[in-house]
Amino acid sequence: MANKYKEILLKPIIAENPITLQILGICSALAVTSNLTVTLIMCVALTSVVSLSNLFISIIRNHIPSSVRIIVQMTIIASLVIVVDELLKAYDYETSKKLSVFVGLIITNCIVMGRAEAFAMKEKPFPSFIDGLGNGLGYSFILIVVAVIRELFGAGTLMGVEIFPLVSNGGWYPANNLLLLPPSSFIIIGLLIWVIRVFNKEQVEEKDFNLSKHDVAPNYEKREINV
Amino acid sequence: MNDSIIKTLSVAFAVCLVCSLFVSFAAVSLRDTQNLNKINDQRVKVLQAAGIYNKANTNIEEQFSVLEAMFIDFSNNQVVSAIDGLDLDSYDPVEYSRKDGFFTAIPNDEDIAIVKNKENYGKIFILRDENNSINKVVLPIRGYGLWGTLFGYISLAADLNTVEGLEFYSHKETPGLGGEVDNPRWKKIWIGKKVYNNNKNVSLEVIKGSVNPQDQYIDYKVDGLSGATLTSRGVTNMLAYWFGESGYKQVLENLKNG
Repeated sequence: MANKYKEILLKPIIAENPITLQILGICSALAVTSNLTVTLIMCVALTSVVSLSNLFISIIRNHIPSSVRIIVQMTIIASLVIVVDELLKAYDYETSKKLSVFVGLIITNCIVMGRAEAFAMKEKPFPSFIDGLGNGLGYSFILIVVAVIRELFGAGTLMGVEIFPLVSNGGWYPANNLLLLPPSSFIIIGLLIWVIRVFNKEQVEEKDFNLSKHDVAPNYEKREINV
Repeated sequence: MNDSIIKTLSVAFAVCLVCSLFVSFAAVSLRDTQNLNKINDQRVKVLQAAGIYNKANTNIEEQFSVLEAMFIDFSNNQVVSAIDGLDLDSYDPVEYSRKDGFFTAIPNDEDIAIVKNKENYGKIFILRDENNSINKVVLPIRGYGLWGTLFGYISLAADLNTVEGLEFYSHKETPGLGGEVDNPRWKKIWIGKKVYNNNKNVSLEVIKGSVNPQDQYIDYKVDGLSGATLTSRGVTNMLAYWFGESGYKQVLENLKNG
């Protein structure tokens, strides 16, 4: 039994990572990863929302009418997100200012909805909670990797502490400004997906179609024509 | 069973009720802390602009108490301590520049910094020395950069001409380029620069490239931000507007003459 929970918790971190395998939640991964402090707060916010929403949805799963199930899920998720946003504004105002709309946008994060629909609607509350936690951690893992790369090489700092002294501050490191712009996360996440798929071959999708080779090209002269 | 109309309605109602109670409880119980955070955040920026912020002292209220806040009545350019119906501590000029009846639209030809609406009552922070004469003032300024409006505070020394500090609290400029308005090294350059020249015209500007140390007008020039021409120009325009005739110029004159 314990093994089952362990699997639910650990699988989404690499093997079934919501970002690199399911390609969900990309928007916030682009927006909040230019600074590690902000990223960490975002990860905590998302992980708590996805695990709690899984828990509550799973508790009432047998009473949710299928005709309104999506909107019931959304109501629960939205309430949790608003509360997380309010808490941030009260206890970490600096970071909440930097995160601005992105905490609110957790509501539309596909990971939260996806786990509610795919897992919490069918499973018992405790496994659902663990599943949410695991997926939150999987999301956090990717975001932290991206944020470390972006902040370290883009601004020469980590969590605002100077690691590489910048040329503009009299040091030696010329900052790579591209990394501070959102498109760089696309590139980094793409590279991460590549690396993970090198080691986890089963994640590689089958090709939609295969190109035929030249030497086996159909012989047009022999083709039969039905008249 | 779950899909009967009554069940659907009652589940929907129950979920909404519980969620709304939960959300309103959180909102109401956290409101005071949030408001305090918001006010303190502004106070820190004002203190930073004045160059008297002490990071080690977490009691912002106490640090801020050395500054005296005053209203600016733009109708006669006088500094006054009270305006009927407005609360000085919580008054935010930016907020009131969007409130009906509290702002004046700026004519297009005067609006060099694209401020659009000017509040009828401004706010000024005054630091007095032991003789009760003015030691420093902090003034809010804002203007359009490249992507959006930059909001900040600028502080002037006792002569009401020498810059003591500049601090932006909100902007949308590109990180690493225009976003360098937050760079402490760049902000340091501002200290000691002069706003008005001998003819009392606003001369302070952000130039392109670095200032030549031999330049005779070095006091009126600030190094440009590389790769951020439009942001630099925005800052120059902002100074020209706020220290010009339609901004604080007369107010500062009046303040100087007592």
